[in-house]
Amino acid sequence: MTQKQNILWNEVIPGGNHWSGLMRRGTALRIIDLAGGANCSALFYNAEDKLERYNLSDTLKAQHTAFLTKGNVIYSDMGRVLASIIADSVGWHDTICGVSDANMIAAQYGESSYQTHRNDMYRSGKDGLLIELAKHGLGKRDLTASVNFFSKAVPDDEGNLSFVANNSKAGSTVDIRFDMNVLLVLSAAPHPLETKTVYAPAAVKLSAYHAGEVTRDDICRNNCLQNSRGFVNTERYYL
Amino acid sequence: MVESKLDEKNAVLNQICNAGDPWMATVKKSQIFRILDLEGNQAVDTLFYSASNAEERYSAVDTIARQRQLYLTTGSVLYSSEGNAMLTIVADTCGSHDTLGGACSAESNTTRYALEKRHMHSCRDSFMYALNTCSCASHMSKRDITGNINFFMNVPVTADGALVFADGISGAGKYVEMRAEMDVIVLISNCPQLNNPCNGYNPTPVQLLVWDSK
Repeated sequence: MTQKQNILWNEVIPGGNHWSGLMRRGTALRIIDLAGGANCSALFYNAEDKLERYNLSDTLKAQHTAFLTKGNVIYSDMGRVLASIIADSVGWHDTICGVSDANMIAAQYGESSYQTHRNDMYRSGKDGLLIELAKHGLGKRDLTASVNFFSKAVPDDEGNLSFVANNSKAGSTVDIRFDMNVLLVLSAAPHPLETKTVYAPAAVKLSAYHAGEVTRDDICRNNCLQNSRGFVNTERYYL
Repeated sequence: MVESKLDEKNAVLNQICNAGDPWMATVKKSQIFRILDLEGNQAVDTLFYSASNAEERYSAVDTIARQRQLYLTTGSVLYSSEGNAMLTIVADTCGSHDTLGGACSAESNTTRYALEKRHMHSCRDSFMYALNTCSCASHMSKRDITGNINFFMNVPVTADGALVFADGISGAGKYVEMRAEMDVIVLISNCPQLNNPCNGYNPTPVQLLVWDSK
């Protein structure tokens, strides 16, 4: 995103909160970690056919990676590119840990309901995503694995995972271009492997802008032959 | 590696699933379910659903995050989308099973290998066939096809985050055995993929067995 590009809209998701919306093909979203240590869990659906959705395994297999960064794309289960990571100041976004649920949040941080804490109540990633999914006629059966922007968990040689605290600093950004018309569902609740014991998830800011459709010399398209073919499939869908 | 003491003669279910076929069955709570790799290096793409409510199903990310562990072997719990234990692996002579690779599909063949590879048989096509032909799947649809386990498949992740499709570590006669912690529906695609080494470029049959608890 250059200074010349006009911001279409801004929105801040307070830590722990959730959001959903339609992101049209050719628009992009810059997500900004406002306080450092944010987690922004994302789900992606083809807005015109919500049975087509983000597929974790197809995304990882095609790009031979277990995490996402600049140059990677988000594949649907139909071999098309839902979205592309066109810029990234973080370097590692988690794909394999899913989201926190209410029991995990209570076990780690204690209980805090709306009745006692009003809008400072503790929210889980799963509950936030289910609330947003329901607004679009979707439910638990549609709750796929999430992309956890700003978070990182690394395996050792035996596959034991450890959470990397402070993977993202205040002001870190990731830019996602939408290559299809995408229903985007977000939660800024804590990552399930978060090690802090005080519930204080960072807020994230969304800034939408026009990125244009993918070009021949696009970094994501040319990242690997698999992505080039994924974009062919995507272009055919819109002919 | 933990071996089983169960005798095939006492199994209450004993079936063969040929390469490229789907297979579906119900396994009751406390029954033992074994998948046997008859000829070696055969990926068995497997999904589990609560028999009482298919909305609750095996969840790869819950299984990974709750145990902070990427691979499955003896002692691993297979967690549901509701955070409940569905099955526990109680014997395993292979040593490691994949949670991330998912199922091959006609559509992902086009991106991974070539646009012309769409028409090769795939696991997700087997899942789709099962959904539209098995009476025990009449309440299910593509929404229910989530990230599966690949028993006997070896997909290590390096510390720098690369996903590697390594040669198989299974062999003829190796098996994995699990105890059901709830009544589950098992949906298998015995993988037909020919474009990578997940089946040693030669997909082969597997044997499925169930024992009642003692």
